[in-house]
Amino acid sequence: MLNIKGLAASVEGKPVLRGIDLEVPAGEVHAIMGPNGSGKSTLGYVLAGREGYEVTDGTVTFRGRDLLAMEPEERAAAGLFLAFQYPVELPGVGNANFLRQALNAIRRARGESELDAMQFLKLVRAKVKALGMTEEMLKRAVNVGFSGGEKKRNEILQMAILEPAFCILDETDSGLDIDALRIVADGVNALRSPDRGMLVITHYQRLLDHIVPDRVHVLLSGRIVQSGGPDLARELEAKGYGELQAAA
Amino acid sequence: MAEVLDVPAPTLAVAELLDRARGLAQRLPGARHPAVAAWRRRGAEVFAAEGFPTRRLETWKYTDLALLRDSRFEEPILSADLSPPGLDAIPSPRLVLIDGRSRRDLSDLSDLSEGVEVASLADRLHCGDDSVVATLGSIAAEALPLPALNAALAEDGAVIRVREGADAGTIRLISYASARAGHPVAFHPRHLVVLGRRAKLVLIEESRGEEETLSWQNAVTEVVLQPGSRLIHIRVQNEGLAAVHTAMLAVRVEEGAEYDSFSLNKGARLARNEVHAVLAGPRAVLHLNGAQLVDGARHADTTTVIDHAAPDCASRQTVKTVLAGPARGVFQGKIHVHRCAQKTDGYQMNQALLLSPEAEIDAKPQLEIYADDVKCSHGATVGELDREALFYLRSRGIPEVVAKSLLVQAFLDDAVALVADEGLRARLHEETVAWWRRVEHAS
Repeated sequence: MLNIKGLAASVEGKPVLRGIDLEVPAGEVHAIMGPNGSGKSTLGYVLAGREGYEVTDGTVTFRGRDLLAMEPEERAAAGLFLAFQYPVELPGVGNANFLRQALNAIRRARGESELDAMQFLKLVRAKVKALGMTEEMLKRAVNVGFSGGEKKRNEILQMAILEPAFCILDETDSGLDIDALRIVADGVNALRSPDRGMLVITHYQRLLDHIVPDRVHVLLSGRIVQSGGPDLARELEAKGYGELQAAA
Repeated sequence: MAEVLDVPAPTLAVAELLDRARGLAQRLPGARHPAVAAWRRRGAEVFAAEGFPTRRLETWKYTDLALLRDSRFEEPILSADLSPPGLDAIPSPRLVLIDGRSRRDLSDLSDLSEGVEVASLADRLHCGDDSVVATLGSIAAEALPLPALNAALAEDGAVIRVREGADAGTIRLISYASARAGHPVAFHPRHLVVLGRRAKLVLIEESRGEEETLSWQNAVTEVVLQPGSRLIHIRVQNEGLAAVHTAMLAVRVEEGAEYDSFSLNKGARLARNEVHAVLAGPRAVLHLNGAQLVDGARHADTTTVIDHAAPDCASRQTVKTVLAGPARGVFQGKIHVHRCAQKTDGYQMNQALLLSPEAEIDAKPQLEIYADDVKCSHGATVGELDREALFYLRSRGIPEVVAKSLLVQAFLDDAVALVADEGLRARLHEETVAWWRRVEHAS
């Protein structure tokens, strides 16, 4: 589903990704682990198409299409979704309006009919409840005045509404207490399906207790240095990244 | 030679305007009333001495009236047969002015509440209405050249008076520039609004026009709010692209009275929206909010002076400006807290959103505080659209143009949200949406 080959990227002229090869088939959840500064978040941003992240080499094919040639909104329409580590506050943009605009943009791109306000509200209410959010949060401006946990839930809510084919979760566990973590993980697990791929970016193994990955990759200095099954995450938790860093 | 250059030569436009003032002196309404005649004469003298304000003046540093200085203005032609489209849809009571002259046939004052008077200034001056004469020029800064010229040449305008304790409901004042003459015209309406003690009024003032030749509206509005009264004042300036709009609004807020205004400055080639407000009695409240929507070659200027001249008063001001293309914007906001104005609560915020690299804003907040027990804060921001916010929206599938719209609208709605009435707020929101649609369409 997602096929990354030799991907290299720079930020402000500084190489951050130095040749990444990664394939995530539909139905699988892969985890990217690594210490701070290893390039984890950069990988997420490059895949989502953020400006200022310059791809210097390599290819990314997503559902058979050249992902890197697409605008951010085209990538979203093609089914890619990035749950942000630091969700952006949008003062003055109502959360419900934002969610509906996003859903209708994606439905248009898929050739489906747009939902009116009533149809949308019906759809969103059930998802809000499942994520332990309040309807009041729909009336507020996007992420404005939200706690860290509320922001992360709002990301998962968007994911649940947009039903993307591929989800990238960037440090979704940071800032969450254990109860919130469980709710968010349940939300993510509910979206696991044979048609959907996921890439879970995390520093700690804790999230992977709840979202159990099929494969774990270790990112160090912009390269994947080790790959393995779910056990690799626990090994890293016990030993830390120090040993790998020393070896690299 | 430098000294010679510092004295502005009386331009052709100044000479012609003064000629007109002299020629019309015997014919303008109220000519036979000595106080009115003296007021007009003083106006002509001030304008003769000052001429058009130039950029050498601190308060005019960012707005150039060269367009006016170099033009030859003529009288607006009488347009008795003209009926601008869309007037019928405007609910009554409404007073309609075309090129500065009130038009009884287009106005509808049938639904006025008890204790409310809406009249034409020309009529009131012809009748020698002493209370109108006494109010004229008592609030506005008549020593400034443009209000002075207005005094010299004002032919008509609205007089709105609400009796003590009366609730006037909503009254609409529509000012239409016809620009039918085919040559530059200038007109100088003068409006008076007086609310008696504890009286209430919602005044919606709108300037419209589709001018294709230069048309200059030089308006002065004087507002007196007697103790405990409350005026909600919504102003929409929606004139055509060849219009020049200079407005002086002078407000006197007495004890416990409240002036709550929102000005939407969205039309005209050049618009200068100036407000001088005095909080004259204890516990007076002032809201001076607004938005400027400027695109293309347009220039919009909001200049305000808030005088805290009594204790325990509050003033709140938020002005937002959106600039597209090579547009120019100006915000000058002065808050003057007099020594006696203890416990003043003042707040000023001005924010500008620049949508193109050619757009420019000059913002000058100015606080002068002479009392020692006051709470005054102000802030200013100037910026482009938040790139991170744009990326966030686009990453959710929202196309870039729609994402931009959402962010521009959010910026403006934040100001419009200060209007408490839902209906008025919706109306202003629609005005901003229409403006943005036009800008997007043009680009």
